Amino acid sequence: MGQIQLKQVTKSFGDTQVIPPLDLTIEDGEFTVFVGPSGCGKSTLLRLIAGLEDITSGHIEIDGKDATDVVPAKRGLAMVFQSYALYPHMSVRKNIAFPLRMAKMDQSEINKRVEGAAAVLNLTDYLDRRPGQLSGGQRQRVAIGRAIVREPAAFLFDEPLSNLDAALRVGMRMEISELHKKLETTMVYVTHDQVEAMTMADKIVVLQAGVIEQVGSPLELYRTPRNTFVAGFIGSPKMNLITGPEAAKHDAHTIGIRPEHIDVVQSGGLWQGTVGVAEHLGSDTFFHIHNTGLAETLTVRAIGDVSLTHGDTIHLTPRAAELHRFSADGLRIA
Amino acid sequence: MATKASRSAARIMMAPAVVLLLGWMLVPLIMTLWFSFTKYLPLRGDSIERGLDWVGFTNYSRFLSSSSFWPSVQTTLIMVGGVLLITVVLGILLAMLLDQPIWGQGVVRILVIAPFFVMPTVSALVWKNMLMDPVNGIFAHLWRFFGAEPVAWLQDASLSSIIMIVSWQWLPFATLILLTAIQSLDSEQLEAAEMDGAPALKRFWFIVLPHLARAITIVILIQTIFLLSIFAEIFVTTGGAFGTRTLTYLIFQRVIDSQNIGLGSAGGVYAIILANIVAIFLMRIVGKNLDA
Repeated sequence: MGQIQLKQVTKSFGDTQVIPPLDLTIEDGEFTVFVGPSGCGKSTLLRLIAGLEDITSGHIEIDGKDATDVVPAKRGLAMVFQSYALYPHMSVRKNIAFPLRMAKMDQSEINKRVEGAAAVLNLTDYLDRRPGQLSGGQRQRVAIGRAIVREPAAFLFDEPLSNLDAALRVGMRMEISELHKKLETTMVYVTHDQVEAMTMADKIVVLQAGVIEQVGSPLELYRTPRNTFVAGFIGSPKMNLITGPEAAKHDAHTIGIRPEHIDVVQSGGLWQGTVGVAEHLGSDTFFHIHNTGLAETLTVRAIGDVSLTHGDTIHLTPRAAELHRFSADGLRIA
Repeated sequence: MATKASRSAARIMMAPAVVLLLGWMLVPLIMTLWFSFTKYLPLRGDSIERGLDWVGFTNYSRFLSSSSFWPSVQTTLIMVGGVLLITVVLGILLAMLLDQPIWGQGVVRILVIAPFFVMPTVSALVWKNMLMDPVNGIFAHLWRFFGAEPVAWLQDASLSSIIMIVSWQWLPFATLILLTAIQSLDSEQLEAAEMDGAPALKRFWFIVLPHLARAITIVILIQTIFLLSIFAEIFVTTGGAFGTRTLTYLIFQRVIDSQNIGLGSAGGVYAIILANIVAIFLMRIVGKNLDA
């Protein structure tokens, strides 16, 4: 079991309130991702749940029991840190066994669990090495191993992949997702990378300045962003947000159209402009379009390798069905 | 130092310093060895110009069979050990304290380091006359204030007193090195240990102390080098009386008080041997911490 409930939780550092009253329920077994730009309070929120920071007011309940004043060790949560926070003077085996040793568990039980975790994480050959002798990905797995042996009610991940190189990050992303499928334990994952959020989450919590902007499944957020912030944050490349007369045509203050929902046509499109930078990725090409008569630069995705280069004229038609409309205060108009 | 030319240039440029330092060390060492095998009593008219009489191992056996030799070795070891123990333990505690964010941190840190800048002779005199004096010392006043009989520190607790003085001088050094080591400890490691269920004392034992191992080793090794040759503090306080005669001090007495250079030199060679024995033991015990 691992249901986590935050009720009217606030956090202030001195006079600055970094998290205004916030309510959130993380269901048992869910993979929840906190995502937001740097400094949005997502790590602080995770640390509040972990108990590493005291909340200023409000309540935290774990499995329906008030855990507000419970010390971190007794909350039954395990955390994986950004720096991995492995103990450098201990072997991998001792690192993984540390929480069990602290819990004064039987040595034979400790061995069983450590070897079990090592088998799951492909660390069996490295058990007697020191963390300093491991690669980044292996260290990450040791940190996860140290978390899983405790059989916690929930796992907390604080930007665990940000120190890894791009290729390894994709691999570890899959491994963590698979681990979640296997363990079916609640996981709370903090990241600033919306791709990680989209690919891993059951539920995404988008935060800005300590405020929850939207909670929902990845596709809900993608299809129906509640406001312009979520619209701009979720999806890569960013949604085009257009204001001015073009938006007024649709009775909105702002309209949004994703780069993948604009079609490149031979002639007679709704908009036309000149190609600025063209990013050729092979499978897709992203064009940045200027001089469209709109105030904003447009980003457009074309499938495959389209042979348009800098300075070429391009004709575009947005798909009307995929248009998002937002009011002056940034909220979605249904 | 990439190319052959720059490497040989470096060698040539380093050579004078190396030769000078080597000479500085070798000449006194060889002369000590030579003197230790001769009868050299300047007051009886012995001098290098007139030639010294070769007496073989007489000086060595005389120094060793002297009733003051073994007690002096013991005193040396107790003093070095005591100071090491006090400075390392208090140094760790002070370093952890200074690592906490406090008001006036900069000033406090400078104050903590201050004793290290006081010359040994001066600090020993300050302790002797202002703090430990049985009549006018602050300790005596303090004792009398509480109705106790003042302690004649340098007579009744002479060795402990000197250990206290020397520890006071070396505590800043230990604190400083350990403080920098503590500051390099990743706070996420402590948080991880907290999440893993380790209470404060266990976090200290399993995380902080192992992290400090290398710094503690450095403190122990460097301090031992200097503590084996402690002299000024003994000279100005007890003058080697009341069981505070270390090996260094014994050699000083043989050479200066008894004007027996040959005997003192033999003692010097024993001191070298003792220092090496201590070094071997230390490297056995703590040296492995220096391997990365």
